[in-house]
Amino acid sequence: MRRAFRWLLAACVAIATTSAALAADLRPLVQTMGSGGYAGTEKALNQLSEAGDPAAVPVIEALQAGDLYVRKADGLVVIARKAGAGFALTDPLSGAVVGEAAAGAIDKIKINNALRRSISATLGALTLMSPDPATRRSAAEAVFKSRDANALDALNTAIAKEKDERIRRVMEQARAAVILTAGASEVDTQAAIATLTARGDRDALALLSMIAASGATDALKTAAAGAVAAVEQKLMFWGALQNLWYGLSLGSVLLLAAIGLAVTFGVMGVINMAHGEMVMIGAYTTFLVQQGLRTYAPGLTDLSILLALPAAFLVSGGVGVIIERSVIRWLYGRPLETLLATWGLSLALQQAVRSLFGPTNREVSAPSWMSGAFELGGLTITYGRLWIVVFAFAVFAALLVALKRTWFGLSIRAVTQNRPMANAMGIRTARVDALTFGLGSGIAGLAGVALSQIDNVSPNLGQSYIIDSFMVVVFGGVGNLWGTLVGALALGSLNKFLEPYAGAVLGKILVLIFIILFIQRRPRGLFALKGRAVEA
Amino acid sequence: MLTRFFLMGLDRKAGLVLTVLALLAVLVPVMTLVVPEGSPWHLSIFSVSLLGKYLCFALLALALDLVWGYVGILSLGHAAFFALGGYAMGMYLMRQIGPRGVYGNPILPDFMVFLNWKELPWYWLGFDHFAFAALMVLVVPGALAFAFGWFAFRSRVTGVYLSIITQALTFALLLAFFRNDMGFGGNNGLTDFKEILGYDIQAPGTRVGLFLATVAALALSYMIASGIIASKLGKVLVAIRDTESRVRFLGYDTESYKLFAWTLSACMAGVAGALYVPQVGIINPSEFAPASSIEAVIWVAVGGRGTLAGAILGAVLVNFGKSYFTGALPELWLFALGGLFVLVTLFLPKGLLGLWAQLTARLPSGKGKRVPNGKTADQKGM
Amino acid sequence: MSAEDTLLYLDGVSVSFDGFRALNNLSLTMMPGEMRAIIGPNGAGKTTMMDVITGKTRPDHGTILFEGETDLTKLREAGIANLGIGRKFQRPTVFEPHTVWDNLELALKAPRRPLNTLTYAIGRDDRTRIEEILDITRLSPKRDRLAGSLSHGEKQWLEIGMLLAQDPKLLLVDEPVAGMTDAETEQTARLLCDIAGKHSVIVVEHDMSFVRALGVKVTVLAEGSVLAEGSLDSVSANQQVIDVYLGR
Repeated sequence: MRRAFRWLLAACVAIATTSAALAADLRPLVQTMGSGGYAGTEKALNQLSEAGDPAAVPVIEALQAGDLYVRKADGLVVIARKAGAGFALTDPLSGAVVGEAAAGAIDKIKINNALRRSISATLGALTLMSPDPATRRSAAEAVFKSRDANALDALNTAIAKEKDERIRRVMEQARAAVILTAGASEVDTQAAIATLTARGDRDALALLSMIAASGATDALKTAAAGAVAAVEQKLMFWGALQNLWYGLSLGSVLLLAAIGLAVTFGVMGVINMAHGEMVMIGAYTTFLVQQGLRTYAPGLTDLSILLALPAAFLVSGGVGVIIERSVIRWLYGRPLETLLATWGLSLALQQAVRSLFGPTNREVSAPSWMSGAFELGGLTITYGRLWIVVFAFAVFAALLVALKRTWFGLSIRAVTQNRPMANAMGIRTARVDALTFGLGSGIAGLAGVALSQIDNVSPNLGQSYIIDSFMVVVFGGVGNLWGTLVGALALGSLNKFLEPYAGAVLGKILVLIFIILFIQRRPRGLFALKGRAVEA
Repeated sequence: MLTRFFLMGLDRKAGLVLTVLALLAVLVPVMTLVVPEGSPWHLSIFSVSLLGKYLCFALLALALDLVWGYVGILSLGHAAFFALGGYAMGMYLMRQIGPRGVYGNPILPDFMVFLNWKELPWYWLGFDHFAFAALMVLVVPGALAFAFGWFAFRSRVTGVYLSIITQALTFALLLAFFRNDMGFGGNNGLTDFKEILGYDIQAPGTRVGLFLATVAALALSYMIASGIIASKLGKVLVAIRDTESRVRFLGYDTESYKLFAWTLSACMAGVAGALYVPQVGIINPSEFAPASSIEAVIWVAVGGRGTLAGAILGAVLVNFGKSYFTGALPELWLFALGGLFVLVTLFLPKGLLGLWAQLTARLPSGKGKRVPNGKTADQKGM
Repeated sequence: MSAEDTLLYLDGVSVSFDGFRALNNLSLTMMPGEMRAIIGPNGAGKTTMMDVITGKTRPDHGTILFEGETDLTKLREAGIANLGIGRKFQRPTVFEPHTVWDNLELALKAPRRPLNTLTYAIGRDDRTRIEEILDITRLSPKRDRLAGSLSHGEKQWLEIGMLLAQDPKLLLVDEPVAGMTDAETEQTARLLCDIAGKHSVIVVEHDMSFVRALGVKVTVLAEGSVLAEGSLDSVSANQQVIDVYLGR
C-alpha cells in the first residue's frame, strides 16, 4: 500500500517536471504575445505555430476566447476570468493560480479579424499534430466544419504524417471541404467531390449542393450534382433506418407499458386504469433501490437497475394483488364500473406517492453500461435505448413462456376460458385471479424500472402511458399477446415516421386519429378472436 | 304537440327539480342585488359565479347521464364537447375585447399579435356576432359528436372499446389545442374577457344574468331530456342500453337512435361549456384533459346513473366537496375523489338517488313497482 | 326449385368460425304460409342458420333471398326485421326495465325511425291490438309489471306476444318451449299453429313431443347441412338420422 503510494507520487513528480520543461521553452514566446499590438501578437502566434508544441493550445484558445490578459504591474501574460468583483488569474501554460486582480490592473490582449483567422489556423495546425489521436480527430472535424483555408498547409503536413487511417480519412475530408470552399484546380476539386461523396453526410451534402449550384465549370457542376444525388439517396436510406430504429425503440417502450395491460385487460378482461400507476410504482422502487445502494453499498450502484427488477416486480405485483383482492374482484363482469373504480385508485395512488416523495421529479441515474452510444453505419444507437429494446423483448418472451409452458399459465388460460369448469377441476380460481392480476401489475413494475431510465420519475409518470397502452392493446387485438407486440411496434414506427413530416405533437394526434378510425373499421383490433365465443 | 312532449316528462321528480331551479332563479338575484351587503342573507358575486359554475357542471352531468344512464354509452370524452362549446363562446368573447387588448389590435386577439399573425384565420370569422357564436356552440360539438358517433356506432364499437376511443378523442383534442399554431391561444387558452353582448363581464348584473341563463339552460335541457325519456324513443333507448341486439331484431335501426342521443348530449355539453366560460373567465386546453371527462362520470355515478335529477345532484355535491377540500385540505382532495370512485362503484351502484329509492322501498307501505336488478348492457361480459 | 314463389330461399350457404364450419352448403326453401320444424343434434347449425337469415352473422358464401327477390345477405338486422322477419331467441330476451305493456308497444308494428318514436302517441287501434295480444298470451293481469319480474315461462310468452305484435311475414322461433311445463308446452303448440295460418313459421326445437304436436314438415340438420326432410315419422325412420342422433 505504502509502496504503491510512493510509486504514484514519483510518477506525478515526473509528469510535472516534463510538462514544466516543455512549458519553459514556450514561456518567452507567450510573454511576447502581449507586446507590439496586433502585429506583435501575430508574430508570437506564428512562432508558437512553428514550435509545434500542443502545450500552447490552451494559451491560444484563451486568446481566441478573449480571456488572455497582460498584468499591468509586471507585464505577465495571464488568463483572467471574472470572479466576484475582480478577476481570477491563472498561468496560461501550467494552469496554476497566479492570484487575483482588479479590472483596472490588467489589459486584455485584443484580436482583430485577421488575427482570428490565424488563431484558428494555428490551433488547427497544433491540434492536428497532437500526439493524442482523439485530439487530432476532433481537430480534423473542426477544420471540416470551419472550412478554414488557413488550415490547408497544416492539414497537408498532418496528412503526410498521419499513421492512423481513419483519422487520415477525416483529415482528407477536411481538406476536400477546404478545397471546395476556397476553390482549386479542376482535378483537385473533382477529387474533393469524390472524397465528400464517400463521406456522405449532411455536411458533405451541403458543400456538394453548393458546388452543384455554383461550380466553376459545367463538368464540376454535373459531377457535384451526381454526387448530391448519391449522397441524398444514401442519407435517405440511413434516415429511414434511423427512423426504424427510433420506431423500434419507441415501440418497445410502448410494448413494455402495454404488456402488463395485455395480461390484465387482454387475458382477464379487467380495465385497469391504475395500470400506469403500477409503472410509476416500479419507477419509484428503482429510485429507492438506487438510494439504498448509494447509502449502504456504494460499490453496487452500477447494479441497482438489476436489483431493482425483482424488487419492482414484487412491489407492483403486491400492490396489484391487494387491489384485486380488495376492489376488482367485486366488479368482475362489470367492465365500466371496474374502469371507474380503478381510475379512482389511480388518483389515490398518485396522491399517495406525491405525499410521500413530493411532487418533483426524482433522479434515477443510468449505470455506466447503459450510457453512451455507438455508431453502426449511418446509425447512432444509444446503449440505454438498446437495452430497453432488448429488455422489452425479453419480458415479452418470458411472459409468453410463462403463459404457454407453466402450470400457472395453464391455470390462467383455464380460468379465462371456462371459469366454472376450471373451478370444478380443482383450480382455485380466486387465487388465480389475484395472481394473474399481480403478474400483470408486476410486469408494469418492470416497465417502470426501464422507463425510469428515459423518463422523469414523477407521480404523473404513469398517466402519460395509460392511454398509449390501451391504444396498443386495443389496436393489437384484445386477448392476443402477439397482437400487443405487433401493435406496439407498428404504432411506435408510425409515430416516428410521421414525426419528421408533422412534428411530434401533430404526429401523435395523427396516430390517435388513425387508431380511432382503425378501431371503427376493425372493432376487435388487428388480431381479433373470431367466432361465437366473442359474441357471448 | 310540443307541450304534450314536455308534459309527458313531467313527473314528481321533474316537478321537484324545476321548482328548485325556479327558486334559485328568484332567490339568487334578490339575495345578490337587493339584499344589502352587510346582511347575513346577502350573496356575494363570487358565490353567484360559483353556483353558476356548479350548474354548468350539472348540465354537463345531465348530458352525460342521457347517454350513459339511458343508452349505456360511457363517454370518457364528454369534456371535449364541453370545452368545444366553451371555446366557441371564448372566441366570441375574445372578439369583443376589440382594441382593449394589451397590443391594442382591433381585430387580432393578443396571442395572435404575439405570434406575429397578420390576419384572422378563416375559422375565427363570424365569431364577432353573438348569434353566430351561439350557433357554433351547438354546431361544433354536435358535428364532432355526429361524425364520431356515425363511424363508431355503425361499426358497432361498444362498451369499453367505445369508452377508450372517446378518451383518445379528447386526448387528441387536448394535444391539438395545446399547439400554438392551432390558433386558439395554445397553452394559455382564451382569457381577459371584457364584455358580453355589450355588458361588462365583471359587473354584478351581468354575473346574475349569466347565472339566470344557466338556470334556464339547465331547466330547458332537463325538460327536453325527461320528455325524451318518457317518449317511446326513450323506451327504445333504454331497451338499447340493456339488450341492443334484441332491439335490432325488432326492426329498430339502433345506430341512428344512439346517434340521436349522442349528438343531442354533445350539444347540451357544448351549451354547458359556453355558459361556463364567461362565468369563470377563462378557457384553456386543460379542459380537454381525460381526467375532467372521467370526473364528470363520477358526478353522475354519485348522484345516480339513469336518473336525471341524480346527475344534477351528483355534479353539485361533488363540486361543492371539491371547492371545500381544495380550499381546506388540498392534500386530501385526490384521496377523497379517488375514494369516491371506489366506494360508489362498490357500494352505491345506483348512486344517492338509488339509495334513497331503496330506503323508501323498504318501508312497509312500499307496494310500488319492484325495482329490477341493476342489470345493464355493460354486464354482457367482455 | 326456382326462388320466385318462395318466401325464403337459402342456397349453398356456408359459414365458418376459425376453421369450424357451422353451416356447410346449406339449402332450404320455405313457401308462404308454411310452418316448418327444424331439428338436429347440438352443433348442427340451427342457431347459426337463424343468425344468417336475420343478419346477425354474414355468410361466407351462398344466396339468401326473401320473397324471391330481396337479398338478405346485403342487409343489416334492422332492415331484415323491417322486411317482416321476426325472431324469438332461445333464451327469452325481453326488455326487463320496461313493463309488459311497454314491451309490446315497442314491438308493435309501427314506423321505426327516431323521429317517429319521438312523436309517437298511442292510438285506439294500437291499444286494442296490444290488449288482444295480452289476452292471447294471458299476460293481461300483469300488463303493468316490469318484464324483469316475470317468470321464465311468462317471459317466453311475452316474447311470442312481441313477435305477434311485430306482425312479421316469417317468424323464426328458437326453442319456444324450453323450460316450460307440459301444459304450457301444449298451449304454445296451439298458439303457434294458430299463427301459422297467417304467417310462415320456422321452429327450432329439441322437444320431439312438441314437434309431433305441431304436426308439420320437419327438416333435419346435421353438421351444417340438410340431412333429411319430410314428416316426423319419415325422418325418424331415416337410417342416417338415427345414426346422427344415436351415434354410430
